[in-house]
Amino acid sequence: MLKFILRRIVIMIPQLFLLSILVFLLAKAMPGDALTGRLANNPKMDAQTLAEMKEKLGLNDPPYVQYVRWIKNLMQGDLGISYIHQQPVTDLLSERIGNTLLLSACILILSYIIAIPLGIVSGRWTNSLADKLIVGYSYLSFATPLFIFALLMLFVFGFILGWFPTGGSVNIQVEKGTVDYYISKINHLILPSLSGALLSTVGTIQYLRNEIIDTKIKDFVKTARAKGVPESRIYSRHILRNSFLPIAAFLGYEITGLIGGSIFLESIFSYPGIGQLFLQSIMQRDYSVITALVMISGLATLLGTLLSDIILSAVDPRIRIE
Amino acid sequence: MAFLKVNHLKVYYPVRGGFFRRVIDYVRAVDDVSFELEQGETYGLVGESGCGKTTTGRTIIGLIKATAGEILLEGKDLTKLSRREFYHYRKDIQMIFQDPYSSLNPRKRVLDIIAEPLRNFEKLSPQEEKRKVQYFVEKVGLHPESIYKYPHEFSGGQRQRIGIARALTLNPKLIIADEPVSALDVSVQAQVLNFMKEIQKEFQLTYLFISHDLGIIRHMCDRIGIMYRGQFVEEGTSEEIFHDPQHIYTKRLISAIPNPNPQHRQEQVKLRQEIDKEYHNSYHQYFDAEGRVYPLKRISETHSVAIP
Amino acid sequence: MSKQPILQIENLRVSFRIHDEYYAAVDGVSLTVNENEVVAIVGESGCGKSALALSIMGLHPLERTKLEGTIAFKGKNLLPLSVPQLNQIRGKDIGMIFQDPLTALNPLMSVGRQIEESMDYHTKLSSSAKRQRTLELLKRVGIPNPEKTYDRYPHELSGGMRQRIVIAIAIACEPSLIIADEPTTALDVTIQAQIMGLLKELQQQMKTGIILITHDLGVVAEMADRVAVMYAGEIVELADVNTLFSRPLHPYTRSLLHSIPSVQTRKEKLHVIQGIVPSLQKLPRTGCRFKSRISWIDESEHEKNPILREVAPGHWVRCTCYKNFYFPQDNIGDMNYGIS
Repeated sequence: MLKFILRRIVIMIPQLFLLSILVFLLAKAMPGDALTGRLANNPKMDAQTLAEMKEKLGLNDPPYVQYVRWIKNLMQGDLGISYIHQQPVTDLLSERIGNTLLLSACILILSYIIAIPLGIVSGRWTNSLADKLIVGYSYLSFATPLFIFALLMLFVFGFILGWFPTGGSVNIQVEKGTVDYYISKINHLILPSLSGALLSTVGTIQYLRNEIIDTKIKDFVKTARAKGVPESRIYSRHILRNSFLPIAAFLGYEITGLIGGSIFLESIFSYPGIGQLFLQSIMQRDYSVITALVMISGLATLLGTLLSDIILSAVDPRIRIE
Repeated sequence: MAFLKVNHLKVYYPVRGGFFRRVIDYVRAVDDVSFELEQGETYGLVGESGCGKTTTGRTIIGLIKATAGEILLEGKDLTKLSRREFYHYRKDIQMIFQDPYSSLNPRKRVLDIIAEPLRNFEKLSPQEEKRKVQYFVEKVGLHPESIYKYPHEFSGGQRQRIGIARALTLNPKLIIADEPVSALDVSVQAQVLNFMKEIQKEFQLTYLFISHDLGIIRHMCDRIGIMYRGQFVEEGTSEEIFHDPQHIYTKRLISAIPNPNPQHRQEQVKLRQEIDKEYHNSYHQYFDAEGRVYPLKRISETHSVAIP
Repeated sequence: MSKQPILQIENLRVSFRIHDEYYAAVDGVSLTVNENEVVAIVGESGCGKSALALSIMGLHPLERTKLEGTIAFKGKNLLPLSVPQLNQIRGKDIGMIFQDPLTALNPLMSVGRQIEESMDYHTKLSSSAKRQRTLELLKRVGIPNPEKTYDRYPHELSGGMRQRIVIAIAIACEPSLIIADEPTTALDVTIQAQIMGLLKELQQQMKTGIILITHDLGVVAEMADRVAVMYAGEIVELADVNTLFSRPLHPYTRSLLHSIPSVQTRKEKLHVIQGIVPSLQKLPRTGCRFKSRISWIDESEHEKNPILREVAPGHWVRCTCYKNFYFPQDNIGDMNYGIS
């Protein structure tokens, strides 16, 4: 097992390397450079200072030199300095990554809490009224764009009803570490995570439903029935365990997708996470932040697939990792 | 010169292990197999699942790359040909697959299915193509109008005959039939087997007939090779294999065939027990320390056995 | 041999719903299985043999199956029973063996647990006693090293070993009837011989009745005491095994026996049964159902409403067309493969 994980991590190195080249080239290909943003903020800056700064920052060096420097720093954990925020990207990220992870975890857990029972009902009693309603819901949620739905949620529950805060991750007046602080944190999470979860259930529901429909006609289910196993146990012991396999396998990818999907949610709910930061940085051409974020999401994708494989090997005896 | 000569054919698959996934061993799917086919004969490859019979067939037709050895079709070594050269020989060898339900594309009409090899190899006008397809459709006993139907409109036996029609269009010399009737009911099976014998005469075909069913092999084949774990155990005429088997594995295989006469039930059970006893007692005369068989040794003009 | 009947099927009809219409796949079948007796049901795909086998324990999907007639197990009709009531009998009094041992076992459960499972519901054994009994069962079905195999998963075993596990599941609670649905079809011939030997041995030890569903007449010849030949949902011939093979009467039985390639004798041509089996929806429900496939036999040879008649003690044949049946010489090997 350990050997397998190590091997996979070793394989990740060239993958990340390739990604870094790609990211670097893309960043270079984008119009403007690291100083364009600053120039806009400071109209007083004249051309000469600009040229000096360019020289100082190494922006006049040939691209490969810049790349080598960037990657060297990257490996030392130095992601550069955000020109907009005027602080190291690492600091900038460490504040927000926790928020994004928290939000993603909430969405994931909530969506499973909603989707798994619905998927089971739908798959077990196919073509029943409940099944039809559930399938209807999942199609509807599939067709609804997240940004519209999230805005609607914000408008109804945040502004009209005023049940939930409309922005931020915590009430800044509350002292850190107190009970009130955590309550405020949860209060800020509910609306964005519910919006995300309600729309991300469709995959799980449909997967589970189809898996159950496929599994319940399998021969081994017939064998179990022929043994006299009661219907409830047929489901809990035989059908569901097998039907959960692809969902378990999908978990790793799901996490990656959530981090990517946080861009909309965080922007709409003004939730200070990396998604919101990413959008801001693109708008303002904050390259060091963009490249750092793309690298991080690349790493997250690779770790997500690894996690999927590990989960699958843990639940399916046919897949054994030595 | 033999029509098809397979010489020391090997198909190995690497087994990887360790941190760097180095090759630590090989799965010997086909391990040093040699045999010859004369033009117009039916040669049977028999063995239990995993013995390498299907791999052998697929290697001859070029679906699997040989690890080593030669496949000589009329003296020309197919394994040494480039892709382009192989292309010309490709139409001399056709294949009939096991499952008539999955080997025909359900979204294509019979016309397109049967014409596919023609389109790959010959430039025909639509009229010529249609005429040719209809000719073969009639040859396999289907109505000429059926070329506009889809595979699901036919029964299993009819589908298998469509598969055969497809194999015939390019006037092949050799047909590799991999379990062509295993998925069919007995009465349909009889239909397809009879039909294969008829077209063999008509088109002077040579068959490499791969099957696990010894009854069918006995019915169809002139000569038989028995395979076990990638190697030949015994080779001989149908008569020799069924009436004078020499290797314990062949004997075991033949004694395992259900006896269709219920009155001989006791004797059959006794025979199996005796052969099982012989198998266990004289195991080392037939298998080496690794459980593999010995190289073939000729015991008569036509009969070879793997004994030390 | 004692003649205590354990299963009496009377006039069974099993119908499936296809596009809101019910079609009988098993159409008026009556059959008795006695204690310690192997009754084979033989026929080609679509003849209704598997539908019959599954209906005994009520394993068809209830929402689109209609069962009529009676299936009496030890005198008690199983058809009106609810699923929980059936569960008292399933696995305890009747065991079932399926065709493909790979798909018949749950891939995520150790084989030991799968054997034990029926004991969970039918016995009050402690878990160590259940384990002990499972190990005995594994030994009994010829698994070397039961202790180790107990914790194995199906994919770790060979096809033959898996089928032994399936058999161990079927006999776990010493049932008085075993339904074996094509138990050797998915196996290699040497493994088939071993499994047939094992089944026969277990049956003789336990005095179990076996319903053997198969399309393979060779397996029938080796295993069965009595044979029912099914065609298009009906039994067309019923006889003890020796009679059926030495003096088959019904044209379908005779045609089947003629169309099998034999290892003993080599024929140039095999007999081909004309035409194809009609689909469930197109099946003629009156008259001799085999009529269209022996079209050279005169209409007057058939009965209007053919019934299964006892023509000799214990030998039953449907329809009168068997009396003057013959194989036409020119039919053998003709090119007319039944354009339909």
